[in-house]
Amino acid sequence: MTVIRKHLTRRRFLVVSASAAGGLAVGFAMPAAAETSAVSAQPWDEIPGGQEVNAWLVIEPDDSVVIRVAKSEMGEGIFTALPMIVAEELGCDWSKVKAEYASANRNLRESNIYQRMGTGGSSSVRRSREYLQQAGASARVRLIQAAAAKWNVPPESCSVKDGQVIHAASNRTLGFGALAADAAKITLAAEPAIKTPDQFTLIGKPLARLDTAPKLDGSAKFGIDTRLPDMLYAAVVTCPVFGGTVKSYDDGAIKAKRGIVSVVPIPGGLAVVADRFWRAKEAALALKVDWAEGPAAKTDSAQFAAEYRAALDGDLAVAVKNGDVAAGLGSGKKVELLYEVPHLAHAPMEPLNCTAHVQADRIDVWMGTQDPDGALKRAAKAAGIAPENVYIHNCFLGGGFGRRAINDELEQAVLVSKAVGKPVKLVWTREEDIRHDRYRPQAAIRFEASLADDGSINGLHAKTAVGSIQRSLGVSTVPSGVEPSAVEGLANLPYKVSALEVDCILKNTHVPVMFWRSVGSSQNAFAMESFIDELAHAAGQDPYRYRRKLLEGKADFIAVLDTLAEKGDWSKPMPKGSGRGIAIHESFGTIVGEIVEASVDAKGVLKIGRVVAAVDCGHVVNPLTVAMQIESGVVYGLSAALFGAITIKDGAVEQGNFDQYQVARMADTPPIETHLVLSGGAKWGGIGEPGTPPIAPALCNAIFAATGKRIRSLPIMNTDLSGTT
Amino acid sequence: MVTLIVNGTPHQLDIEPETPLLWALRDELGLTGTKFGCGIAQCGACTVHVNGDATRSCSVQVGDLDGAKVTTIEGLSPDAGHPVQKAWLAEDVPQCGYCQSGQIMAAAAFLAQTPNPSDSDIDDNITNICRCGTYPRIRAAIHRAAGMMKG
Repeated sequence: MTVIRKHLTRRRFLVVSASAAGGLAVGFAMPAAAETSAVSAQPWDEIPGGQEVNAWLVIEPDDSVVIRVAKSEMGEGIFTALPMIVAEELGCDWSKVKAEYASANRNLRESNIYQRMGTGGSSSVRRSREYLQQAGASARVRLIQAAAAKWNVPPESCSVKDGQVIHAASNRTLGFGALAADAAKITLAAEPAIKTPDQFTLIGKPLARLDTAPKLDGSAKFGIDTRLPDMLYAAVVTCPVFGGTVKSYDDGAIKAKRGIVSVVPIPGGLAVVADRFWRAKEAALALKVDWAEGPAAKTDSAQFAAEYRAALDGDLAVAVKNGDVAAGLGSGKKVELLYEVPHLAHAPMEPLNCTAHVQADRIDVWMGTQDPDGALKRAAKAAGIAPENVYIHNCFLGGGFGRRAINDELEQAVLVSKAVGKPVKLVWTREEDIRHDRYRPQAAIRFEASLADDGSINGLHAKTAVGSIQRSLGVSTVPSGVEPSAVEGLANLPYKVSALEVDCILKNTHVPVMFWRSVGSSQNAFAMESFIDELAHAAGQDPYRYRRKLLEGKADFIAVLDTLAEKGDWSKPMPKGSGRGIAIHESFGTIVGEIVEASVDAKGVLKIGRVVAAVDCGHVVNPLTVAMQIESGVVYGLSAALFGAITIKDGAVEQGNFDQYQVARMADTPPIETHLVLSGGAKWGGIGEPGTPPIAPALCNAIFAATGKRIRSLPIMNTDLSGTT
Repeated sequence: MVTLIVNGTPHQLDIEPETPLLWALRDELGLTGTKFGCGIAQCGACTVHVNGDATRSCSVQVGDLDGAKVTTIEGLSPDAGHPVQKAWLAEDVPQCGYCQSGQIMAAAAFLAQTPNPSDSDIDDNITNICRCGTYPRIRAAIHRAAGMMKG
């Protein structure tokens, strides 16, 4: 292995200096193109040679600016959006901006100087925008003060542009690089005001992503690509039934095989350690394990579905109660329907993995995590080492979608490295990844509504039975019985109803559940937007106009809906056997409406012709990455709507790989158009998740328009559409 | 001993002949641009060229490849200058980026055999999985690369 150490920077120094004691050094051979790119192929490495002005930014002698990103790059484009926010205030030359990860260890040591580093809830831009603007503005003012002092002129007479401080009166300029050392010593009496959106000049532009180059030549380093001297590899086998344990095992058949080092116990299973991953994986498959599966081994998905349905008739906790629902339901045309969704796996392209090196007094970890702060504490706890001595080298994440928020693989890797006394790269197979995910919960959602003659809703009663994510993660017992994510998309119903009640029963099984792209909205938007469509049909009204009427007075929803109908050609006729479906949903502060065009042939083959999306996220930092996230959210939701189902049999997940857990491919994916309908003002909405919720109901509503058949249980592939057109 | 000619350089590998090419590339030769996604030739993240053909390297054994010429993403071009890579940049294809080595290698081999593909040719031949859903941009980039290759 080639070890490149031409830039001996602080964080590299920490790693390299450990080599004297522990024989550890790290590095990769990198192609020339990646060396000059705005984002290093190894994004955890500090880019060398600059002057830190504050924790967020470093200025190099040539006026380049390195901006630290304290969120995880998992495809959403945060390595571009957040630097744009800092650069907006700083006044640097965008073509000289580079990005690197902020250090979670420093965040711990310096009292959360990077705030909360976790990435989730589509929150990175909207929750960090103000403090990143402040960091850029503060640095700009200090650079100006440094220049003004050199020139002996009032700071007010200076301005900045493209990485230069300018004194127009004397026609003098100084580059940021020449001022950074002085600026770093300046303390401001008061922080400067930050720009308001009408003053933005960089934010709002469709700038190319900074991280594209290393993702074109294989140089971008994901956790799974980590290579360390003396590194061993581990493959895991864990009990197929969640919560089960190892009763006994027989490693007689694998001990003598080439490269096998040892078998190490981990929670719920075993890790096989070898000198190569393939050897470890083959041995893990050959390992004979007798499992203590426990009582959950008798359960299956059909039983869970029956229990969730029955739970809707039991005692539920009230999440929302507005008006007299019983009275409202007592008059008018009654519609009562049940919607059901299965568990879903995240299945990011990069299977979970972690490389850990546990030494007597420090831990180094290379992985892709959505929660570096949490990972640091988790590693410390697993090894019994102070968290201040844990270094998380966050890599590019090969997809996250919520899965990399809780790092089960990290704890395993730390335990194994500690046991064998060497750095260990632990990799899950795809089968382990699918069978030991923390899943989008299975759910049953039932609505009762009554309609007046004009279609207005006299009363709406929504009930959901679903697993509690907080209970599953052990973070809360949810004593109220109402979990916000369980009722999101129901409790915040945008439609006008005379009386509304939303009830919830949290019902967990042994199957672990967690955040899956758009969380509760992923199932609740499917149910709600399918049901509203059915109400429109029951009222004999057009689904777009019916929604529009029920959204009267909500200007942002109406604007999205109208743009959607226009761009999506809602009023244009479609041939027999085809149809359009519409859905609109607000999640994470953003309203997204989608129209799907679908057709079904005589054999029941479904074809999706086109998806049009209209989006109000208030303001937009980068319209290019926003469009990419809507496309991504649509395809992710399409996979789930068409094919997604994790089913349990004998307590274990039946699916293991992409042949059984199918996802959308090129041929399944239609053209996707994104139209921004920005309402501005105080609204800053998220963008990573809101594209996902409307696609399942819009597609199912399109199938109804094409065939007259309603799909109330996902995935769609379980419904036979032959003979419907 | 197995001999592989990888990106033009011959390598003699003392590994079991059953070793999948993927793991020989990643763990023996350190060529980590080729990714592990599924291990059963479903996802295409491991796509490389074997004697010019797009091949899912997780599902071929090195013992069957003695003397074969293998090209990985690292060897596709010296400077990310292959038309497919240029088109990927122009169309802003990658998101998380994990599957893109395989997508690029699949597209490069496909275009070498189908220089002027229709959308349905792309549907039939580009079957690699991308969980970020970059398919519409991959489609546009393949068309763009086809145009560039025609000159």
